[in-house]
Amino acid sequence: MELIAEFFRDLRATTGLNFTIFYDPFDVARFWRAFLVTCQLAVASVVLSIAIGIVGAFGQGARFRPVAWLVNAYVAFFRNTPPLVQMYFFFFALGAITPTVPDDIGMEVPLVSNFAWALVALSLFAGAFNVEIFRSGIEAVPRSTVEAAEALGYSRLGAYRSIVLPLAFRVCLPSLNNNLVNLVKTTTLAYAIGVPEMLYVANQIWSDSLNVTEMMNVLLLLYIGLVSFLVWVMHRWERAMRMPGYGT
Amino acid sequence: MSLATTTRRALLALAAAVGLGAGWATPAVAQAPAAAPQAQVSDTLQRILREGRLRVGVRADYRPWGFRNPTGEFEGMEIQMAREVARTLGVQPEFVPVVAANRMQFLAQGQIDLMIATMSDTAERRGIVGIVHPNYYSSGYNVLMPRNVQVREWEQLRGRQLCAIQGAWYNRPATERFGAEVVAFTGIAEVETALTQRRCLGWIYDDNLIAVMLADPSGRWREFHQPLASQSDTPWGLAVRLADVNGPFGRFMSGMVASWHRSGQLLTWEKDAGIAESPFLRRMNEAMRDHIRPQ
Repeated sequence: MELIAEFFRDLRATTGLNFTIFYDPFDVARFWRAFLVTCQLAVASVVLSIAIGIVGAFGQGARFRPVAWLVNAYVAFFRNTPPLVQMYFFFFALGAITPTVPDDIGMEVPLVSNFAWALVALSLFAGAFNVEIFRSGIEAVPRSTVEAAEALGYSRLGAYRSIVLPLAFRVCLPSLNNNLVNLVKTTTLAYAIGVPEMLYVANQIWSDSLNVTEMMNVLLLLYIGLVSFLVWVMHRWERAMRMPGYGT
Repeated sequence: MSLATTTRRALLALAAAVGLGAGWATPAVAQAPAAAPQAQVSDTLQRILREGRLRVGVRADYRPWGFRNPTGEFEGMEIQMAREVARTLGVQPEFVPVVAANRMQFLAQGQIDLMIATMSDTAERRGIVGIVHPNYYSSGYNVLMPRNVQVREWEQLRGRQLCAIQGAWYNRPATERFGAEVVAFTGIAEVETALTQRRCLGWIYDDNLIAVMLADPSGRWREFHQPLASQSDTPWGLAVRLADVNGPFGRFMSGMVASWHRSGQLLTWEKDAGIAESPFLRRMNEAMRDHIRPQ
């Protein structure tokens, strides 16, 4: 660790390239904490948005039509508005009417933190796309397969869980993959409501140390790394779920 | 903003977007204007007198130090200073709006000859531009908070959330020294909203600006106060090009600032701008004012 710090201090002295995030203890701490926040935000919103997608796609096919209308309204609303606007809407508009509790020095603390609002906004945004992605997968499952399941006595939920969804997953994984990659990159928008993720902290660091180019390149590499990791995991999943003779 | 500025910004943004390409593209943009001032450094003062105009970089977004009034004219304490310099030289002032991120480059590259733009005087900056002494102003940082919040010590802020503007220099010391958790937003409007919605304990901001806000006649900030002592009082410096600082123009500007401190003119301008009296200006005036009282 000390060796790395020494190397980057030298690099600054010899080339002027200033990577404070490797040798300045304060910047080291805050930047790697930000890296963790980004990872947490990305993982949590990926999981939540997939859950929303699965439930939403099921709701779209509900026999009780108002449920389907509700899901479609949700998709229309979140797919047709920019994620940054949603972020501001959740934080400033909804945040204003959520309850607060006073603490020991008289400050009123909101019950929902900015991280939570960012997570909600990102999950709902990506979830709306996931609903449509899963729908495309579900519609690709042959009607005869669903009928066969019904003939075997499956309920709608049972057929969805055991037959339709597993088949639909295989069809829609590539487009789901696309959307999740986008979602990971969209986590940077949380900087607008002060969530200390990577872009936010990098911005603060380059304002303090005037090392914009260095930090931009660090950000670029780290996001390439994060997204590559996600894509790798998704590809493994895709391979693990491959059924001979089904799909490509 | 002038067309030239916009074009250069676009070029810089383009260069930054290419990432590593920035390394080649920026010098190419920067070199052309940088070469010109080299030849004219020695006689900046003569050139200003010959051309009959003084190009001053000022803030257009920093009320009440430098801003535009509804008719588009520049106004504020720093504008008064710039006008006075031009008057003394017998030339026309020409105001060029600058922002914190480009003010030093504007000066170094020769688009302006003088910069009076709320710049704190730091060792790093002295390597890029010629900061003129004595300093003409000074400010620190403080916290604006609701009146129902009662704190007496900065240490009480440990672990509490403070709103701030992204990129402000005091965000780091607030965290490093006092353990406050800074929640920074992109603009002033967001910070004001977050504060009025009680998303944070207070707003960490320039202490002079807080004083200006608290004195706002509309009473917008009546429910707020500034109970802590200001921190990190940092002097502000006006600047000339590095090569000018010990030349005729730099020395002339030093004299201008010294005479303002001596006459108390800065205190008057500060009062005109509606800013609470700064202890720094009072101290400088005490030290430099005429000790011989007219009989």
